[in-house]
Amino acid sequence: MTTTERAAASHLLPSADPLGLIAADGSPVPDPALELPDGEVLLRLYQGMVAGRRFDTQATALTKQGRLAVYPSARGQEAAEIGGILALRPQDWLFPTYRDSMAVVARGVDPVEVLTLLRGDWHCGYDPYRANVAPQCTPLATNTLHAVGFAHAARIKGEDSVSLVLLGDGATSEGDTHEALNFAAVWQAPVVFLVQNNGYAISVPLSKQTAAPSLAHKGIGYGMPSVLVDGNDAAAVHAVVEQAVARAAAGEGPTLIEAVTYRVESHTNADDASRYRDRAEVEQWLARDPIARLKHYLTGRGLLDDARQQEIDARAEAEAATLRERMNVDTELDPAELFRHVYAEPTAALRQQAAELTAELTTGNQA
Amino acid sequence: MTAIAEAAPAVSTSDTLTMAGALNRALADALTEDERVLVFGEDVGTLGGVFRVTDGLAARFGEARVFDTPLAEAGIVGTAIGMAMNGLRPVVEMQFDAFAYPAFEQITSHLAKLRNRTHGRVELPIVIRIPYGGGIGGVEHHCDSSEVYYTHTAGLRVVTPSSPADAYALLRQAIDSPDPVIFLEPKRRYWEKETARLDHRGSTLDRAVVRRPGSDVTLISYGGALGTTLQVAEAAQEEGYSAEVIDLRSLSPFDLDTVAASVRRTGRAIVVHEASRFCGYGAEVAAQLSETCFHYLEAPVLRVAGFDIPYPAPNLEQHHLPGVDRILDAIERLQWDDSAPAAGGGA
Ligand SMILES: Cc1ncc(C[n+]2csc(CCOP(=O)(O)OP(=O)(O)O)c2C)c(N)n1
Repeated sequence: MTTTERAAASHLLPSADPLGLIAADGSPVPDPALELPDGEVLLRLYQGMVAGRRFDTQATALTKQGRLAVYPSARGQEAAEIGGILALRPQDWLFPTYRDSMAVVARGVDPVEVLTLLRGDWHCGYDPYRANVAPQCTPLATNTLHAVGFAHAARIKGEDSVSLVLLGDGATSEGDTHEALNFAAVWQAPVVFLVQNNGYAISVPLSKQTAAPSLAHKGIGYGMPSVLVDGNDAAAVHAVVEQAVARAAAGEGPTLIEAVTYRVESHTNADDASRYRDRAEVEQWLARDPIARLKHYLTGRGLLDDARQQEIDARAEAEAATLRERMNVDTELDPAELFRHVYAEPTAALRQQAAELTAELTTGNQA
Repeated sequence: MTAIAEAAPAVSTSDTLTMAGALNRALADALTEDERVLVFGEDVGTLGGVFRVTDGLAARFGEARVFDTPLAEAGIVGTAIGMAMNGLRPVVEMQFDAFAYPAFEQITSHLAKLRNRTHGRVELPIVIRIPYGGGIGGVEHHCDSSEVYYTHTAGLRVVTPSSPADAYALLRQAIDSPDPVIFLEPKRRYWEKETARLDHRGSTLDRAVVRRPGSDVTLISYGGALGTTLQVAEAAQEEGYSAEVIDLRSLSPFDLDTVAASVRRTGRAIVVHEASRFCGYGAEVAAQLSETCFHYLEAPVLRVAGFDIPYPAPNLEQHHLPGVDRILDAIERLQWDDSAPAAGGGA
């Protein structure tokens, strides 16, 4: 690389402040580099966020009823979750984490199948190939490499598919993230990294996670353009992800996006966030609510009226009711399933262990 | 996808070649026959791998199918997983046994489990080739016998050839397997030559093979230690013991049938491997034999293995690796009764 090229690498750097299109009070902030999605898209984003939040509160309620073993809430992160997903084309793939159930549902996966992981019935209840969604990932950052490999394979096969991988601020510290960013940049793989910086990795704040000026700054070291975006602004998140997907699809390589947002609930229902953060801080972020923000904007523009709002609310409510109903059924699990999917064909040892378990269960039943 | 127009692979008649050469042939044939197969890793391209197993493949099949990656083992395995999810069949190289450890998380948490996690919907036909074991005077971190880390992990197949013909057959079958395979290549056998017919049909991935028939004692071994074990069988013959030698080839799944059938005939068994003994592969074999062949056993199942130490420096490794004398000693230690076998005779 020549000195000039090196100097030119500054275009890889994120902006000093997060990009945004709609301010916290709902007023538009034009950005020359970003196009505001049209009214149709904004309404879809809005509806997606309302449905997402309703799903989230429903899932939280299900933990209280003992129907879910655990639930990591994404409340407050709707703009990042939905904004990113709705920017994907049907042929694109999503590589989510445990926190991104809302995004997986928005991508079209049956919510009951999404929740088998958290209910404890099966690790991944959905067919990844049906909605192009990889299994939700629990070990941090490992999905970043899967996304890069998947995207690279798409290129090798000549397929027009981009992979969007979701990860948290904590996950950016893991080695796998660094290897994934590096592989993606070296291979110019069609992959988009969307970091949801929600302030905390369980209890550890960002300041203890990294010394970098922003997580987006990490991209430059790998030779990858990086974007810092207001993660509570669904319009902005949608716009930057859409741009990154288009770049990737055009063969221009990966993008690292940091969406600055906040996890308003605890890490999971089992966590107590009051041990590591102030109520005042939470209040501050509640005032930046992504749903209220877009609502202000839409109503101000005459794109959303009471009737439409009621329709959107009713739809979200109906989806939640159906989910509740379907989750309130006791599932029957087949113990033989334990042995079925370890190898393509069960080994002799597994067949024997399956027989042992069957015998054990038969005697158990007779006792 | 690049179309591959190559001459049909020769299932050669009889060829004299090394194990490294046989592995190279296996990769070339697989790349030729199936355009989904990719070979990648560190230095596997232009250099042809530090052991030259991938020699010439990049030139022949092009950079899109045989390529060097950034230097990152988790990255190699992690991206291979993504590629396999998207329909390709990666064959990746870890440069040395102990340098596969950075990839351990991807191997145990994802490679081994994705089929299971998804009810069988995600299949990962990936082969991870790992040159492993000692006996070549390598410095530290270049000689580990890491097999049990992988055999303990459900969802992985673990195989290790001990001859060029087996290396060819097992690698072709590993690449064809719908399950992920950890393919352990015993370094010290890379350069041993054999005249063999290369064929990958017929034998199966999960079968052990009797390398030398015998009637007094069953010696069970695999990979790097197999050559020594065969020498022992020769030497034992002179001492009057007829030793049967079984090459496990597949460590997971374990071919209990072949091993137990032999032990029921001989009544005595010794497992030989160069990995440390404690919680080593021999412990599993011994346990399974005592559970299934107890009433046939004339003596406890013995293990002859490396010591329970970190792999020693090269000038000391000969003391660590089980040699002929140590294995012969073990044969002597088996509780031979007063009707000890006559020279050359059976029990
Ligand atoms: C490799 C690994 N180490 C530790 C954990 C335990 N753990 C689960 S979530 C979490 C914090 C993750 O924080 P972040 O990446 O910011 O994502 P968030 O939960 O905020 O969405 C930790 C440490 C894990 N899942 N994986």
